[in-house]
Amino acid sequence: MEIKEFLAIPWIVFLPAIGFLITGFFGKKLGDRVSGYIATGAVFGAFGVALYCYWYLLNEPNAETVYAYKLYTFLGTGFLNIDIAFYFDRLSAVMALVVTGVSSFIHLYSTGYMHGDRSFSRYFSHLNMFVFFMLLLVLGKNLLVMFVGWEGVGLCSYLLIGFWYEDMEKAVAGKKAFIVNRIGDFGFLLAIFLLLMYNHGSLDFNSLEAWAASGATPVLNQTNMTVICLLLFVGACGKSAQIPLYVWLPDAMAGPTPVSALIHAATMVTAGVYMVARLSFLYVHAPIAMAVVAGVGALTALFAATIGLTQRDIKKVLAYSTVSQLGYMFLAVGTGAYAAGVFHLTTHAFFKACLFLGAGSVIHAMHGQQDIFKMGGLGKKMRITQLTFLISTLAISGVPPLSGFFSKDEILTMAFLSETAFPGLYKVFWLMAVVGAFITAFYMMRVYWLTFHGERRMGEAAWAKVHESPFSMTIALMVLALAATVAGPLGLPGEANIFHHWLEPVVGAYTTTVAHASHAVHYGLIGLSIVVAGCGLLAAWTIYRKGPEGPAAKLAAAAGPVHKLLLDKYYIDELYNLIIVRPLIGLARFCHRVIDAVFIDLLAVNGSAFAVRAAGVLPRLYHNGNVQRYMFAIVVGVVCLWIVL
Amino acid sequence: MPMPILSLITFLPLVAIPFVILIPKGLPGTVRNVSLGFMLVTFLVSLNLYFVFDAGSAEFQFIEDIPWIGSAIHYKVGVDGISILLVILTTFLTPIAFLGSYSAITKKVKEFAVAMLVLETAMLGTLLAMDLFLFYVFWELMLIPMYIMIGIWGGNRRSYATVKFVLYTMVGSLLMLVAIVYMYMKTGSSTFDYNVWVSTFTATGSAGALSVKEQVYLFIAFGLAFAIKVPFFPFHTWLPDAHVEAPTPGSVILAGVLLKMGTYGFLRFAIPLFPEAAAMASAPLMGLAVVGIIYGSLVAFAQDDVKKLVAYSSVAHLGFVMLGMFALTREGIQGSILQMVNHGLSTGALFLCVGFLYERRHTRLIKDFGGIARVLPVFTVVFLIVVLSSIGLPGTNGFVGEFLILAGVFKEGVGSVVEPGLVNWRNFVLLMGVLACTGIVLGAVYMLSMARRVLFGEITNEANRTLKDLKAREIVVIIPVVAMIILIGVAPGMFLNKSQVTVNKYVETYQTRIMKKRNEATATRNDKAMKMLIQKQMQQQIQQQMGAAIDLGDVQWKVGPYKKEGGEQ
Repeated sequence: MEIKEFLAIPWIVFLPAIGFLITGFFGKKLGDRVSGYIATGAVFGAFGVALYCYWYLLNEPNAETVYAYKLYTFLGTGFLNIDIAFYFDRLSAVMALVVTGVSSFIHLYSTGYMHGDRSFSRYFSHLNMFVFFMLLLVLGKNLLVMFVGWEGVGLCSYLLIGFWYEDMEKAVAGKKAFIVNRIGDFGFLLAIFLLLMYNHGSLDFNSLEAWAASGATPVLNQTNMTVICLLLFVGACGKSAQIPLYVWLPDAMAGPTPVSALIHAATMVTAGVYMVARLSFLYVHAPIAMAVVAGVGALTALFAATIGLTQRDIKKVLAYSTVSQLGYMFLAVGTGAYAAGVFHLTTHAFFKACLFLGAGSVIHAMHGQQDIFKMGGLGKKMRITQLTFLISTLAISGVPPLSGFFSKDEILTMAFLSETAFPGLYKVFWLMAVVGAFITAFYMMRVYWLTFHGERRMGEAAWAKVHESPFSMTIALMVLALAATVAGPLGLPGEANIFHHWLEPVVGAYTTTVAHASHAVHYGLIGLSIVVAGCGLLAAWTIYRKGPEGPAAKLAAAAGPVHKLLLDKYYIDELYNLIIVRPLIGLARFCHRVIDAVFIDLLAVNGSAFAVRAAGVLPRLYHNGNVQRYMFAIVVGVVCLWIVL
Repeated sequence: MPMPILSLITFLPLVAIPFVILIPKGLPGTVRNVSLGFMLVTFLVSLNLYFVFDAGSAEFQFIEDIPWIGSAIHYKVGVDGISILLVILTTFLTPIAFLGSYSAITKKVKEFAVAMLVLETAMLGTLLAMDLFLFYVFWELMLIPMYIMIGIWGGNRRSYATVKFVLYTMVGSLLMLVAIVYMYMKTGSSTFDYNVWVSTFTATGSAGALSVKEQVYLFIAFGLAFAIKVPFFPFHTWLPDAHVEAPTPGSVILAGVLLKMGTYGFLRFAIPLFPEAAAMASAPLMGLAVVGIIYGSLVAFAQDDVKKLVAYSSVAHLGFVMLGMFALTREGIQGSILQMVNHGLSTGALFLCVGFLYERRHTRLIKDFGGIARVLPVFTVVFLIVVLSSIGLPGTNGFVGEFLILAGVFKEGVGSVVEPGLVNWRNFVLLMGVLACTGIVLGAVYMLSMARRVLFGEITNEANRTLKDLKAREIVVIIPVVAMIILIGVAPGMFLNKSQVTVNKYVETYQTRIMKKRNEATATRNDKAMKMLIQKQMQQQIQQQMGAAIDLGDVQWKVGPYKKEGGEQ
């Protein structure tokens, strides 16, 4: 590997930071329009610099060349040696491009969407701050910088979910997101400390990779590696909303819709996938941890998809869909198909951002209405939104030749064919993922159809106000839909996979080998993907063609308790409340009112003070200044002494 | 003779007192400004100390040594890498707390100013003293102005709080005095000099050295005084009472500096003077520190009063400081020194913020607020930054301190795989590290819940609708603290390098001894364990009537060399 210093790298990170500082400090003075321009310009600038760096990296003759830039030493105690430094290899290049690219257009979209909001400049300063931390996360040269970004994006997520903080529900959702993420970070942090110690004070990815390859005994054994990888995955579960820590993401939809698109669909939530891919050199030593990652991914993919079937809030459906799609990515990286996982991350960023922005456009037109049962027929008035939404729906469902088909198919194929440590287990994961793919196609078609087709289910007054969104919003929709359409061929199956080749120098050595299979098997798997997607779409269309009433209502009634279970999201929030939140509150009260107030303060502290005072009471009775009594005491004493002696 | 910079720093606040007293009645503004001026000059002089201090030396610097009472008691002061940051923290926070008192303290301004000035001198003297007698004088002197401050300008239950605070602290201090006198006798009534004490008392094998038994008793006497001051779980219950009753500047100084005297005392005196006893105590102390972290967080979570919540959060934060210190690794100790500073800044700032709210609404109950982010935007930003620093978000000082402390703990814990024989101790340390990490989650739980209930939601109380945002003076008070919070968070190196060399030497000096002691303790335990193991195996084998030799496999109990040396019991 060849590491080159490249001066432009830190500017990818700096530009959004500068934008954040300007809009944060002077946003009110500059006015909304200027703040919006500055923030959007800063991110487009970062996108430009990222493209520039990418261009240079592309033209490097040596495929293993990495760009790096060190700013300063953060902690250097002799043992610890941690720099604030950036790292631009082929993997972080992909991430940086996705992050800055998608962010740019979502910023642009936001200038239209947030128009007239009283906290316009605050919104943009937070959004810029988010991009800054996200870029720290993906461009960090070591785990510490990554962790700084990791917690930083969590902070921005907290601030932006609770952006309209006057609504208590939104503020609570923000807090919940932060705390659940912190639980994940607990695992991440423990893993960081273990790696820090095993690797003698350095968290640099290069040195960790060298350490992992060195076979250093006795610490580098499978138990330790499994523990570390599982702890890291706890962090990933928090940030990327996997079972059991996914509960914050649906609530996070309380934030403004562009925020949901950017943070809670396209970028931040994929950080866990990036982390596992980045640390693939550790996971390769921990097959059990890999199986856990893949298993949790597959389970989440299926589980969240089933919840998505019944939700009525358009953003909630998309939120569960995101959780489910992230599950696919973890299935991929857990299989050891890192390129496939990152490819799905990329295509998902396009089509899911497009879906969310489309939903935003709809909500904008409906003046806050998010219930798809109260929409219908919107396509007539919102042609661009409808079309881009349709493209993205087909992409996420896995219809060829859209990008989602290629990325999802690759994951399914890899899960089926990879030579993992537990082949039978992975076949089960594959089956779960296939069922999940069917459900995905179903609920996406349901949302699409109920929103844009069929009869109108809103009042005339509401219908009269429906309008297509302004150009600043539709341009973003169109660009993302275009990206979702054309990105597919980057990941053609087999040897032609450009994306695979691009990431080869980073993750190639750690990718699980694929079992040799006949063409028939390959084509069969591809065919199955197409059939599953088609069936899902068709089934949804058949059932929801006439709106939420009719066959759909009958089906729901027939499903009865199952439908209720899905509608109420398996009661997971209620369960957590019962087994975690309430006991914690109870324990806190018990510590405060019983242990602290009674045992420590009343009995031990004031008790001993009281004992001292009580001990003083008796002597005080006698020391009352009465000389006769003193004399009497002396005489008694002398007599006693005399008798004793 | 070079300029006595340390005495200048220590006594400049005292110099102000005659001026302040001579100011005629009815001019509270002048009193305030003159006092503030002296405090600022003190800060500037100490800032100069930051630049002239030689970070490459592990020794005391700028020593001044003057015979004071008789031949044994000297006025001897000096500064090293352990104390320099705390000295600057003290001179930094005092003017800020004082400026923060302008609207809170309106009666008896002159008396208040004098109390603050005396307090500043006492705190600085405690940090700089190199003579144990001098240290004790300053240590007790700190109590008096604090007593007055809470007693006169405090809340409704102030007399209960002051009596509790003073008596509790005095009990500990008196035991320490007994210990100091005992050690003085042990030197042949010749000196109270810190350096001499450290070298004679801890020299192994020499006649003047303390036996392990003596060390243990003396460690308890010193440790109790410090533990109460920290306040270390379970000696913490005076703290919430004192804080709730204290006026804002009192709380800021109490949390910001006074509590650090306890942790500083452990680091400066209890460990260096009694290393073997410290080694024996480190397991229970680390255990209690972790209990403090979790327990403090839980109790903080149950509070209705913002100020009490912040007070209990101090118990948790100082648990981290103690944990890092007794890991006795470079990272742990550096982290604990930095975390003392961090806690001073973050908690000081939190108390200032609570003070801002109190002055506006005359209540500190969480339920009386809600939704004030809309009417107090500047306050909200400041408060959120401070809250985030308190929960250790990266980019703020709290993260750096906690990271270093936990790195230090894990360093001690992870070594287990390399050196056999210490498995029990190190697994214990590792467990403590893991449990301490849960404190990071709990910190977010109680702090963010409080922030949400105070700042966000709709305004439910009409009185909050007309609140005024921070005034210029309040911004001047809080901004320097916020700036430091972020500066330390982003560039900790410029602070850590001041203490690095001293800490490295400190660890080198004591770690070997302490490790040895821990080894002995572990060896004794392992010895017992092995005997039991052998017995058990013998029994089994006899039962099975098998003649094969006992195969202990690769069980690596360390028995040999330490068994003979460990004759202290």
